[in-house]
Amino acid sequence: MTGQNGNGVTSSTPPRTLVDKIWDDHVVAEGRGAPSVLAVDLHLVHEVTSPQAFTGLRRRGLRVRHPERTVATADHSIPTTPRDLPILDEMAAAQVRQLEDNCREFGVPLHGIGDPNQGIVHVIGPQLGLTQPGMTIVCGDSHTSTHGAFGALAFGIGTSEVEMVLATQCLLQRRPKTYEVAVDGRLAPGVSAKDVILALLARIGVAGGTGHVFEYRGSAIEALSMEQRMTICNMSIEGGARAGLVAPDDTTFEYVAGRPHAPKGADWDAAVERWRALPTDDGAAFDKTIEIDASALEPMVTYGTNPGMGLPISAQVPDPAAAEDDQRRRGLEQALAYMDLLPGQPLLGQKVDVVFIGSCTNGRISDLRLAAAALKGRKVADGVRMMVVPGSDEVKREAEREGLHEVFRAAGADWREAGCSMCIAMNGDQLSPGQYAVSTSNRNFEGRQGKGGRTFLASPLTAAASAVAGAIADPRLLPGIETLAVVGGR
Amino acid sequence: MPEPFSSFTSKVIPLPAENVDTDQIVPARFLKVTDKAGLGEALFRDWRFEADGSLKEPRFVLDEPEMAGRRILIAGDNFGCGSSREHAPWALVAWGVQAVITTSCADIFQGNALKNGLLPIIVDPERLAQLFDLVERDPNVELSVDLESQVVHLPGDEDLPFNVDPFSKLMLLRGTDEMGYLLGKAAEIDAWEAAHPARVDTRPT
Repeated sequence: MTGQNGNGVTSSTPPRTLVDKIWDDHVVAEGRGAPSVLAVDLHLVHEVTSPQAFTGLRRRGLRVRHPERTVATADHSIPTTPRDLPILDEMAAAQVRQLEDNCREFGVPLHGIGDPNQGIVHVIGPQLGLTQPGMTIVCGDSHTSTHGAFGALAFGIGTSEVEMVLATQCLLQRRPKTYEVAVDGRLAPGVSAKDVILALLARIGVAGGTGHVFEYRGSAIEALSMEQRMTICNMSIEGGARAGLVAPDDTTFEYVAGRPHAPKGADWDAAVERWRALPTDDGAAFDKTIEIDASALEPMVTYGTNPGMGLPISAQVPDPAAAEDDQRRRGLEQALAYMDLLPGQPLLGQKVDVVFIGSCTNGRISDLRLAAAALKGRKVADGVRMMVVPGSDEVKREAEREGLHEVFRAAGADWREAGCSMCIAMNGDQLSPGQYAVSTSNRNFEGRQGKGGRTFLASPLTAAASAVAGAIADPRLLPGIETLAVVGGR
Repeated sequence: MPEPFSSFTSKVIPLPAENVDTDQIVPARFLKVTDKAGLGEALFRDWRFEADGSLKEPRFVLDEPEMAGRRILIAGDNFGCGSSREHAPWALVAWGVQAVITTSCADIFQGNALKNGLLPIIVDPERLAQLFDLVERDPNVELSVDLESQVVHLPGDEDLPFNVDPFSKLMLLRGTDEMGYLLGKAAEIDAWEAAHPARVDTRPT
């Protein structure tokens, strides 16, 4: 393994991408014809995709190889009602109990219900300083790509792989192809990271990145806060890519510094030196490239039943008759039938019943700040239910320190406990059949937010503006939008 | 651990939809299980049943009586996209599906499928269209899947070759899993760890 020089200036080392460097740093063994054995630095665990893995370990008589490189939380199936209430759903309660038992038996640190560091697994990793540049990070959850915002190779795995990582701290993987997503220019006021990723998905479709890892680059990405970068990387999987990364820079180091699990003192200095060598070398080749002009982007909204079915907010629902082939036409017809939308119908003004702000995509403090700024002094429209679900207990405490919960409550929104909530709708927070929601989450699949429910994916600003209007509304028309900077979050 | 994968012949289940996501294959409310039992009933639940529990009309393809016992699913592009839930291949296998023929599977689904004795057979779009045509003309057409030779035998002595990861192929044919292989790398893992200090400690500070 070479590559101590991050600028790729040694004559012996060909220029490498960020992904190549992290990959090369973690290859334990390569076999003829077999996939590489790849070391995992950090393994995140939650209650839904881990029970069968722990059962497998027990059946094989295995231990967790590195419980101190593993961390668990309960997020998917837990209610977002006050924490002193019991979990009414027997199956969810049993699943959470089993996680607690498994963590106790195998010595895995757990931030469970009642722990001040509980929260959505992809929110607490960065928050605790566990997520760091150059790492390999896995979790039995497809939105593990979120952690790529720190310049880590982070991807979702299945439960069989969870078991393998628990037992060996390694995985069998083949080197992924690389896909450069170059986003240059300046985002207009009211346009944020969520709109960037929805625009990418609308261009390449939900299979465009299959077999690849995205690297998001360019002046627009460099200008984003860490939390905005996380929003983009989070939805890499929606484009078919298991992972999506941003090169670490001063914004990254500033965010990580001082967090509970971040390196300290001399270790910190050594780590930053190592991290500065990670960015893609000049002249390194990507397998694929796409360019996006950030300054041309509008707020984006999805109209269909996959995240690639998105449009600029001022556009009209497309006509299936204009589809390029029969399969596409049928897919679009099925999506519009499910959504009960008509070709040519404008998205603006489409009535909504529910607004959901939260999830590993947009449930961080800066997302809540934007939503609160848009709601301040306004009211959620009559007949609209608005739920605000912080991404973690700490996000909730910070929001309350800043008084954001008062803004939400005064507007008529419901301020909840932390969890995945209506993003995956397995905890009782869900849409009723036929209801329309504007949601800051990541998936608009049929039934994703409740059987028969219909989802419009959008940014926190668009969601808040729509809550006030009672219909899909353009956040660029919010009074004072020019001053609503897309702020970072510490 | 799955059974060794042997050649088989079956009629097919046609599902000409693209981007079938794992939320459709197994809706999230069925993910509260702590084992793998009973997931066959969750398969495509919301495409099969109305809210009151009655079968949808017209019936979803799996519920057509002649589909019982069929082991090959033919689906549109990007099958298994979305969530990483391994419950999706568990449910397909529990139903009896052993092969999915499509133009592409999502990466995580493909890995999960191969670890559970479910073979993704990736063909080019023209061949997939031909297969859908074939099944439309003769809904009872039988295909033979031969993993060893990496071909699907079609009627009339026509063979459809396919690629499969050589390592996954070996695992499938032996009916073994990757855990044994990885555990066999313990010496290499020990050596690597000795040379690479841990990047983080997750224990409470």
